[in-house]
Amino acid sequence: MLAEFLQYLFTGITIGATYALVGLGFAIIYNASHVINFAQGEFLMIGGMSTVMLTAMGVPLPVAILLAVAASAVIGIALEKLAIEPAKDADIVPLIIITIGASIFLRGVAQVIWGKEFHALPSFSGDAPVVIGGATVLPQSFWVLGVSIAVVVALGYFFNRTLIGKAMIATAFNKDAARLMGINTRFVLMLSFALSAILGAVAGILVAPITFTSYDIGIGLGLKGFVAAVIGGLGSGVGAIVGGLILGISEAMAAGYISSEYKDAVAFILILAILFFLPSGLFGTRGAERV
Amino acid sequence: MGKLMNQRTGGLGLVAVVIVLLPWFLPNIFYYDVAIHVGINAIVAVGLNLLIGYAGQISLGHAGFFGLGAYGSGILAGTYGWHPVLALLAALIGVGVLAFIVARPILRLKGHYLAMATLGLGILVAIVLRAETWLTGGPDGMIVPSFEIFGWTLMGETTWYWIVGGLLLVTVWLALNIIDSPVGRALRSVHGSEVAAQVAGVDTTHYKVLVFVISAVFAALMGVVTAFYSGFITPDLASFFHSIEFVTMVVVGGMASTFGAIIGAVILTLLPQLLTGFDEYEAMVFGAILMATMIFLPKGLLPSLAARLRKGG
Repeated sequence: MLAEFLQYLFTGITIGATYALVGLGFAIIYNASHVINFAQGEFLMIGGMSTVMLTAMGVPLPVAILLAVAASAVIGIALEKLAIEPAKDADIVPLIIITIGASIFLRGVAQVIWGKEFHALPSFSGDAPVVIGGATVLPQSFWVLGVSIAVVVALGYFFNRTLIGKAMIATAFNKDAARLMGINTRFVLMLSFALSAILGAVAGILVAPITFTSYDIGIGLGLKGFVAAVIGGLGSGVGAIVGGLILGISEAMAAGYISSEYKDAVAFILILAILFFLPSGLFGTRGAERV
Repeated sequence: MGKLMNQRTGGLGLVAVVIVLLPWFLPNIFYYDVAIHVGINAIVAVGLNLLIGYAGQISLGHAGFFGLGAYGSGILAGTYGWHPVLALLAALIGVGVLAFIVARPILRLKGHYLAMATLGLGILVAIVLRAETWLTGGPDGMIVPSFEIFGWTLMGETTWYWIVGGLLLVTVWLALNIIDSPVGRALRSVHGSEVAAQVAGVDTTHYKVLVFVISAVFAALMGVVTAFYSGFITPDLASFFHSIEFVTMVVVGGMASTFGAIIGAVILTLLPQLLTGFDEYEAMVFGAILMATMIFLPKGLLPSLAARLRKGG
């Protein structure tokens, strides 16, 4: 009974940590540009698939991971320079369509390069499960959790302690004022896309041994990350992490206790309930719209 | 050209002429089939354009209403043996009521939150259609009987061509009338500035709900038509990607332009046909066109071209 509950809890926390990383990526781009990057999920796909490809070519895993993350960052920057910056004055609807177009494009390229098959990445440190309170936990889950915590701590340090991190926060608060203070807001915008691409790639690589990876995993994982970001309140870093964990745990519980067919529905039921009753998410800023 | 597009009768006449003359240029049944799908998509796009282009409210979930229309009528007529006309009416009323119930809480949201909520709603419909195998046949889809009225069975591409053509004409006429009515002016004021519209005494919520329900019912009607025309439906009709296709038609053709929405539907329905030789590259090209149109013509094809022509002339 308890073992079952713990099992679902661990599964939920593992996948929730991934959603949190993706959600953080959404939040970072949203803060810098007020764009929701619907192509966010594709960074997970690119990270996972490139690592699989590189390790298959004989590149050692750590090097493959670094290269895959770097490739994602480059693609993130290219996305910002080629698609977002030329359209920066567009309304919300065209911007949403542009990023959706980008995600379809990236998925199309991936399909041409890697085909439609599922690919597996070997676990980082074996598959011998650890038993905790009767529940089995895969070693890869510890990697997911450990790396996620490390990434969050590093991000916290970056945003609160470094000059460029503070410049990003200043830009998020008020872009024009930040520019007047001498902050290069265009660089901040580029950096935010690179950072969020890195977060996506890291998440994609971490879960690849657990969930497998294919050219189209980005749609599902990206949407779940978006849900995590919205649950917490768009643009809130803490919110995205909490949102990711809430989503991951509720999904695992629903799959375990209710029906695995409706596992994917949990995210969207949760999001509708939260938006109907708390229209700005759990941690979003409330207040009247300025006219 | 501008005059023709602005004048209601001129534009409507043009659509009618194209529908009547087109069969002379359709060499075989396959082309009729493509034309029917263009018409079906055009009707959904014209309806959705009222919501996105005029009221400025995005929906990433209209394929959900489309799917509910298709499955609602398909299940009632097929599994439960209802008369097709009753099944059609029940499906439309059902979707209309559902849209009305969800419209108020959903349309309180703005921008990305609205996008997320409509997206969630559409995906939920797709998940239910996929999971409830006993009712919907699950991912494999279900067979729908043919449409009978007054002992006459609607069969064949040519029959359905004229039905869809007629429906398109009626839809365009209705849309143009709505746009030119006080409702249309209220909607445009919502798009311009919702707060200003409220201050001026426009019951913005009422109009947003109204146009949400109208566009949902248009989508559902086309779902019904698709079900009876093709005789076979799958949950993909309600998929997220299908919703995106509808929005793309509106946005690529031209927001706040009824004829733009039709042109968008024509382009996006023909595009996969033209790319069939390059199956592998279809998604890539589709995505690239989507991005390029939005970056270089953010107002959409027709309004951007019309503006350029006006400047030139």
